[in-house]
Amino acid sequence: MTTTAVTRTEYCVVACAEAWRGDGEILASPMGPVPSAGARLARLTFAPDLLLTDGEALLIDAYGEVEGWLPYRQHLAMVAGGRRHVMMGASQLDRHGNQNISCVGDWARPTRQLLGVRGAPVNTLNNPTSYWVPRHSRRVFVERVDMVCGVGYDRAAEAGPSASRFHDIRRVVSDLGVFDFDTPDRGMRVRSLHPGVTLDEVRAATAFELAAADEVPYTRDPTPEELRLIREVLT
Amino acid sequence: MSKIMTPDEAVGRLRSGMTVGIGGWGSRRKPMALVRALLRSGVTDLTVVSYGGPDVGLLAAAGRIRRLVTAFVTLDSIPLEPHFRAARESGSLELTELDEAMMMWGLTAAAHRLPFMPIRAGLGSDVMRVNPGLRTVTSPYENREELVAVPALRLDAALVHLNRADARGNGQYLGPDPYFDDLFCEAADTAYVSCERIVDTAELLKAAAPQSLLVKRQYVTGVVEAPHGAHFTSCAPDYDRDEDLQRAYADAAAAGGEAWRDFAHRYVTQEQP
Repeated sequence: MTTTAVTRTEYCVVACAEAWRGDGEILASPMGPVPSAGARLARLTFAPDLLLTDGEALLIDAYGEVEGWLPYRQHLAMVAGGRRHVMMGASQLDRHGNQNISCVGDWARPTRQLLGVRGAPVNTLNNPTSYWVPRHSRRVFVERVDMVCGVGYDRAAEAGPSASRFHDIRRVVSDLGVFDFDTPDRGMRVRSLHPGVTLDEVRAATAFELAAADEVPYTRDPTPEELRLIREVLT
Repeated sequence: MSKIMTPDEAVGRLRSGMTVGIGGWGSRRKPMALVRALLRSGVTDLTVVSYGGPDVGLLAAAGRIRRLVTAFVTLDSIPLEPHFRAARESGSLELTELDEAMMMWGLTAAAHRLPFMPIRAGLGSDVMRVNPGLRTVTSPYENREELVAVPALRLDAALVHLNRADARGNGQYLGPDPYFDDLFCEAADTAYVSCERIVDTAELLKAAAPQSLLVKRQYVTGVVEAPHGAHFTSCAPDYDRDEDLQRAYADAAAAGGEAWRDFAHRYVTQEQP
């Protein structure tokens, strides 16, 4: 195998894979190529019980072998039943993990219409949810999202016990680092920086105040076997 | 009894102001032959309920939609639908924005003749803000949970496209996902099923197992034979999405003006693209 340096994207794949560590026999539901590679890497290594989808109606193993049927309606039941951990995208994300993919600007007359809320409201109230942001910037990590699609910790708490009962925003992976909400007020915290990234760089690219320990660790290196899988199997 | 009709005959049963549900998902198995017939008709002022794709884009561009009920509009391989974007950004479309699960339960409530279905989605999100008609309901049992009461999405008509059907309206899907097409038909007072090929009833089970018989004839008003009737969206396994034509659609939509009028004229007036 090649011995060239680990790339930023490879760190991101490992960081995404780590999101599913310890999840057991549930569906990993990644959106986008990097989270997809992460989910497959997790299944091939430390999370062998994970279920994967082909992005359409089939359950597959990490090599694409079909092991089940999962049309949209059954997928929604898996969401509501909580046997799923989704990693969604975010056009905007705030300090408490509120996410927007619907539109930018005023909802009644948006300056930029995006997808719509899709399944973000049902996802965030029912099954563990993480986010993947490929380009960490102040346009994405905003003070306040224009439309709350995915529900963050403050909004879930305000909405009451039914909203917060199964609410669980696990982590955010960006091209700069890994973040979680394990702080007293459930504000976003730097969990690790990808090697080569500084805390100042992340703070400059974030429009809200980020919690961070005095010594922030780096995102772990892939093992040689993980690196081989990423380079030879997953791409 | 045969329910066979042409696309124009099916659409001839629709009236302006109706609530019309459109099956498929994004740019997958959309009843495009029926949508094109709708565009050729004078029917307008519609409330459209759809997991949206180019069906929504075409109807919005032609000014036929008064209100859109949806969780998203996308062309799948092209994430943002240009006509939907333009309609929203110009304020020419009234939107009832729902979550994907809310749509499913709203259709389910309608199919079961219930006023609403309780679900755990929407609480804490801005769907409750931008959709002020939504109400919550408190569980009468045990822990008194507060849930969202999704109102029934009863439809005047449903338009769906399947792989096969017989003349009575038994509809069969051969692809991997039924989407919500049977639910759209059950939630509607009338349903028009277009299909790639109308076959004898006895032939249906030669292609696939009985669970592929998705739509029951009792829900079906009209059956339309429309080969390539989902094109340029996908209709697996008969054909995949026509990415070239979809790209041409998106480019013409983004360009607008003459480019769009030209595309729309060619795409809508030709019965078979």
